[in-house]
Amino acid sequence: MTGQEVAFLALAVVGGFAGLLVVTSRNVVHAALWLVVALSSIAGVYLLLAAPFVAFVQVIIYVGAIVVLILFGIMLTRAPVGRRVLDNTLRARVGALVVGAGVFVMLTWFMAEAWGGKRIANQAATTTDALGLAIFRNYVLPFEAVSVLLLAALIGAIVLARRD
Amino acid sequence: MPLLYPLVFAAFLFSAGVYGVLARRNAVMVLMSVELMLNAVNVNLVAFSAYLKDQLLSGQVFALFVVAVAAAEVGIGLAIVLLIFRNRETVNIDEVDLLRW
Amino acid sequence: MERLAWLVPALTLAAWALILLLGKRLPGKGAPFGILAVGAGWVISLGILARVIGGGEAYHLRGEWAPFASGFSIPIGITVDGLAAVLLVVVTTISLLVQVYSVGYMRGDKRYVLFFANLSLFTSGMLIVVLADNLLFLLVGWEIMGICSYLLIGHWWEDQANARAAIKAFLVTRVGDIGFTLGIFVFFWAAKSFEIERIVAGVESGAISGRTVTLGAVLLFCGAIGKSGQFPLHVWLPDAMAGPTPVSALIHAATMVAAGVFLVARMFPVFEASGTAMNEIAVIASITMLIAALLALVQDDIKRVLAYSTVSQLAYMMAGLGVGGYEAGVFHLFTHAFFKALLFLAAGSLIHAVHSNNMSAMGGLARVMPWTFRTFTIGALALAGVFPLAGFWSKDEILTEAWNLGFGTPAEHVATSQGIAQIVFVTGIVTAFLTAVYVARMLWLTFGGAYRGAGEPHEPDGFMMLPLVLLAVGAAFAGLVGSPLVGENNFGAWIATPQLPAHGAVIVNWGVAVGATAVAALGIGLGWSLYRGGLPEREYLTRFPLLYKTLERKFFLDDLYEQGIVRPVVGALAPATYWFDQRVIDGAVNGTAIGTRQLARGLRHLQTGQAQWYAAALFVGVVGLAVVAVQVVGR
Repeated sequence: MTGQEVAFLALAVVGGFAGLLVVTSRNVVHAALWLVVALSSIAGVYLLLAAPFVAFVQVIIYVGAIVVLILFGIMLTRAPVGRRVLDNTLRARVGALVVGAGVFVMLTWFMAEAWGGKRIANQAATTTDALGLAIFRNYVLPFEAVSVLLLAALIGAIVLARRD
Repeated sequence: MPLLYPLVFAAFLFSAGVYGVLARRNAVMVLMSVELMLNAVNVNLVAFSAYLKDQLLSGQVFALFVVAVAAAEVGIGLAIVLLIFRNRETVNIDEVDLLRW
Repeated sequence: MERLAWLVPALTLAAWALILLLGKRLPGKGAPFGILAVGAGWVISLGILARVIGGGEAYHLRGEWAPFASGFSIPIGITVDGLAAVLLVVVTTISLLVQVYSVGYMRGDKRYVLFFANLSLFTSGMLIVVLADNLLFLLVGWEIMGICSYLLIGHWWEDQANARAAIKAFLVTRVGDIGFTLGIFVFFWAAKSFEIERIVAGVESGAISGRTVTLGAVLLFCGAIGKSGQFPLHVWLPDAMAGPTPVSALIHAATMVAAGVFLVARMFPVFEASGTAMNEIAVIASITMLIAALLALVQDDIKRVLAYSTVSQLAYMMAGLGVGGYEAGVFHLFTHAFFKALLFLAAGSLIHAVHSNNMSAMGGLARVMPWTFRTFTIGALALAGVFPLAGFWSKDEILTEAWNLGFGTPAEHVATSQGIAQIVFVTGIVTAFLTAVYVARMLWLTFGGAYRGAGEPHEPDGFMMLPLVLLAVGAAFAGLVGSPLVGENNFGAWIATPQLPAHGAVIVNWGVAVGATAVAALGIGLGWSLYRGGLPEREYLTRFPLLYKTLERKFFLDDLYEQGIVRPVVGALAPATYWFDQRVIDGAVNGTAIGTRQLARGLRHLQTGQAQWYAAALFVGVVGLAVVAVQVVGR
């Protein structure tokens, strides 16, 4: 068991546990904070997968901006607390559990069949200029499209949420 | 490391997100679960990019795009939740069923 | 000119469409266009006849209406030979005069435009029958006439009686049409073609067996029985008088009812080849002419007298054909068209003046309506067969043919048996007598004695008078074309075909001619003596109550049909069919709709409006599809 794998397992356990708590916590703010933990552990995983730039972006954007946005949303909607308010009926929860479990089983099963014994080779971390070149040379059009999308989302959010 | 490690991790996060989307009543919590799912997808993308030793780094590039789109989506989603809250004093998505029969 | 023959029905058909669609906005409400179309057709027909008189080959124009993959195709085509040319002239002439007459007669009618449209459509139907060179196309024209007859008889359908008469006419002729259609199929199966030429060739060459020919001929004749009002399908013709008088003149005197006779004439070589068919034609004709003449004696309605007279005269034509007299039968068709149309139109003038159909409301009209009187008399005398008017020549020729076959030496071999021909002759003479009697009765009751009705009758306007005068000329002189006085049997030469060559000069059997004239004179004399004083206190025949009752009830035939056929169908079969249609067929259709609605009502509960429900469904679906894709398809 290489050091890489050990590190990964640790991060995975933490992240998985945090993710579970996000969806089962009785307190909204707690759930948001557990989301932070989960996202951070994912950033760590990116580092182990030789993608440092993506890890930095993950921390900056997700943890830094999106979670803050969610917290703002919680605050502005008078964050309610308690199982009765936050969760669906028992029946719905059981159904959700079944569906979720089904999805997990299916994914794992098929992935195991397809890539059962494969390994990720050790490789050097991706440099930022390599990534930059990849974006602005090969994927410049999607990049532009995403920019327009962000602009539209920006304007849309403002229009939707303003008080008039 | 074995490829399956990140894949199963991603699958687990994804399933947790599915459970969250279906079982939570609060709109903001549903949005959080959706973020979980999107992150799981990102992990998958990056893992495959590393496994295939892609020259174009497609997996990482797409992961970045997914992050951007997810950000936009959360922004709009929260705006909508705010509007609903303003109109109905509730963020309980059970009660937003105007398109029912 | 014969190349333009196809225009004749095409023009009237176009007129029909034009008047139907635009009639209300056209000048004269469409009537001038109908008259123009048939007038142009008349001119073309005269041109064609002139060419035929000059001696010319038959002209064919053929095409394929609907070719099928297996080599079979539905043919369409016209034949322009002497027979067709003569009939073309007859049909267009009468139709033209009737349309002109209708301008006056139908003035102010609330369905004036539709009337003229139907007249044009009818004319094109009859022209198609005349010109058709294959039986299928003939059937098309035949059926067009059937529906027009229905429409025109029921022109004033607000009165229930008119509507019933129209349905009766249509359905009774339909019965005949069943046999007709079967006959067409028999011949198609036998000759592998619908074309008349090929069928005739097949019969003459002996390729078609005698039994098939008899079967086919008898079936074809069924159609003629229906259309031409022969016993036992004659019951519709008197009731058809419910239609306007121009309709009676055109359809039920001169053209449509003549279509049956025309059919037999057109297919004459086929009929000639079967003795059974010829005998059948002769027997039915004899029965019909007798009972119709008897029934005409007791009618009060002047149009009914003429209707029964038409049935009787059609039977004369059929009898002429039945004893092998091709020229005689067609010649009588030719002359009858003129004087019967004249009689009907003149009767229309009388009805218009007196506002009643009944002769009991007429009388003494000779002084107040002189022109109607003169033209009517000419027509009546022609009908009675008085020398030298048209009817004399044609009737005489038929009687001569019957005599030759029955008692003398026939010119050529005829399939009819001698005994039957004798019967034909005897009934022909008796009928001539009866015809003269009822003609005289009509004349004296209408024009003699004192006026029994109310109001001031007067002559009709120019539109109605002109056709009367023209037809009177025709009724007077039309017979000369077939008489020995002018040339050598011109008429026979006109309608001759390769299979039915002309017989040369008409040889007048003076015995028959004198005998027939004497009989007619006797009849007129009896009529004069009985009715010269006007309407008697009691109808003479009431002295024989049983006979009178039988005649009054039309030999109980209508009652028989009513009880035996109409009651069961209308009372039982029709309601059952209606129930089936409403419950089963409509039920199935409605049931599909109701079922769909119930299904929708159940399914809409899937639309909860809750996003999570939809998301759940989505994930379940994805998992399912993935499993299917990998496990089932991927292997």
